[in-house]
Amino acid sequence: MDSLQSYLIIAAILFSMGIYGVITRKNAVAILMGIELILNSANINFIAFNRFGGMENLDGHVFSIFVIVLAAAEAAVALAIVINLFKNIGSVDVDDADLLQG
Amino acid sequence: MSNLSSLSFYIPELIIIIAILLVIVLDVIPVCKKYTFPLSLGAILLASVFLWQSYGESHGLFMGMISIDPFSHFFKMIFLLSTFSIILISRYEKQLDSNYSAEYNALLLIVLLGMFLMSSSINLIMIYLSIELVSIPSYILAGMLKNDKESNEASLKYVIFGSFASGLMLFGLSILYGITGSTDIGVVTAALQAIEYPLSIYFPLILILVGFGYKISMVPFHFWTPDVYEGAPTPITAFLSVAPKAAGFAILIRVFYTMFTLEGSVSATLPLTNINWPTLIAVASAVTMTLGNLLAVQQEDVKRLLAYSTISHVGFMLMAFAIISPDAVRAIMLYLFIYLFMNLSAFYMAIFASNKLNAHHINDWDGLSRKNPVLCAFMALTLISLTGLPPTAGFVGKFYIFAELFKHQQFYWLAVVAILNSVVSLYYYFKIIKSMYLVDVEGEVNKIEAHPVVNWSIILFSAQNILFFIYWEPLIGFIEKSINLWSG
Repeated sequence: MDSLQSYLIIAAILFSMGIYGVITRKNAVAILMGIELILNSANINFIAFNRFGGMENLDGHVFSIFVIVLAAAEAAVALAIVINLFKNIGSVDVDDADLLQG
Repeated sequence: MSNLSSLSFYIPELIIIIAILLVIVLDVIPVCKKYTFPLSLGAILLASVFLWQSYGESHGLFMGMISIDPFSHFFKMIFLLSTFSIILISRYEKQLDSNYSAEYNALLLIVLLGMFLMSSSINLIMIYLSIELVSIPSYILAGMLKNDKESNEASLKYVIFGSFASGLMLFGLSILYGITGSTDIGVVTAALQAIEYPLSIYFPLILILVGFGYKISMVPFHFWTPDVYEGAPTPITAFLSVAPKAAGFAILIRVFYTMFTLEGSVSATLPLTNINWPTLIAVASAVTMTLGNLLAVQQEDVKRLLAYSTISHVGFMLMAFAIISPDAVRAIMLYLFIYLFMNLSAFYMAIFASNKLNAHHINDWDGLSRKNPVLCAFMALTLISLTGLPPTAGFVGKFYIFAELFKHQQFYWLAVVAILNSVVSLYYYFKIIKSMYLVDVEGEVNKIEAHPVVNWSIILFSAQNILFFIYWEPLIGFIEKSINLWSG
């Protein structure tokens, strides 16, 4: 089990689940969870490639740490926006945000 | 270059970082709150002085994380100019709450810093970080009007599309890292050229294109553009339509010319063997300009119309990007520079109309030429320039792009699509001119004067459309000097 392939398969599954979540969910918070899945699948890729790919330096590890930090920042901003939307229109459903169209 | 010795080449960015911190600190002290506005403008001016002084130097900084070269300097000047003008004009925009002006300026400066890094990053980590550094404050800026439902919705759509696109790009970067074993784009290039299975590059290439395409609002990643542009405060719309787009093109050119061409430099003429991305770009370009134009035709809201028109302009710039040659890069840079002036002046006019007349709809602009003939004349000039007719700078920009297409004898069909699109764009730009000049309003008409800053911003930015039509040779000379990317 301890091979590059199994990690890549897990990452691919997470990635697909993330995309599925973003496309099908109507709840803004659930969409954000899908985006987190995509980011984490990329993290698994980075770590797995670094561990099994015979790389000399730790670029992949560094990259994934930066991604974790950025994911937190992005989630903070996104949730603040969702809360503000909830205050104004009383819903976090993306279908209810339909003022701008055409 | 080591970290400590890099700092002396990093002064413009350091000035901006210090200004961001100072603005945030001063905002907390009630007495000093009013100094944040001059401080932000002063920092930008100071940064431009230092930037101008170091023009022509070419170094890799911070152990190969970012590079400074004439190419990034050219784009940094575009960013400084647009940010300066946006910060200045935002003060006279009625929609924005002046209580939050310090936060607003700090966020704009953070975006400016992000764009600086975006135009000069040469490492996959920096590419991702800088794109996020531009995106995250932009989400907040789009939702700056906290109690306005449209602004809320704009920022929600922006944050969802933006983080989705950058997530996809990140996955592409991780695959690219796996294929090549490095995050330095110089090493990545060498590894890609020696690759055994070239087809495996397609997957990361397309995912990376999603991330960049979202930043420049290339179809099919454009869905956020009209909604965000309509909902966001108008100065932010003007800003987003110019500066981050230029940054997106800077990083697009740098990454694609370095990583995905045979020669691996800006003087390249061929794509990587078996990787036919120019055709991909050509198709995307045709779809982008056609969709942008056709949807703009039916718009009644001025900001939304201008949003679709920016999409079609991106299609034009991508047209030159489909040709791999240094001259095509020159055409894109020239177009971006001219586009900065025409787009900003058009949006400033929209700011004037919404401030003084509360006019958002095209019909609200009826008879505007009788209320303020001077600004309307300049607006008409801008619109002619956006269409690309002589005697304006828009014509020069379009001319260079078409010349590139014909010179390389590639994609003739794309040129036909582009010419047809220019005709379509004539219709909707002249809809605004018609509304300003030909539709008469009944009754007494009062003259409406704009605030001097808004007034002169429109006039100065719009006058460039004539200036660069008569006298574009120094500009072209400067751009040719700037097509010089740092490599290894």
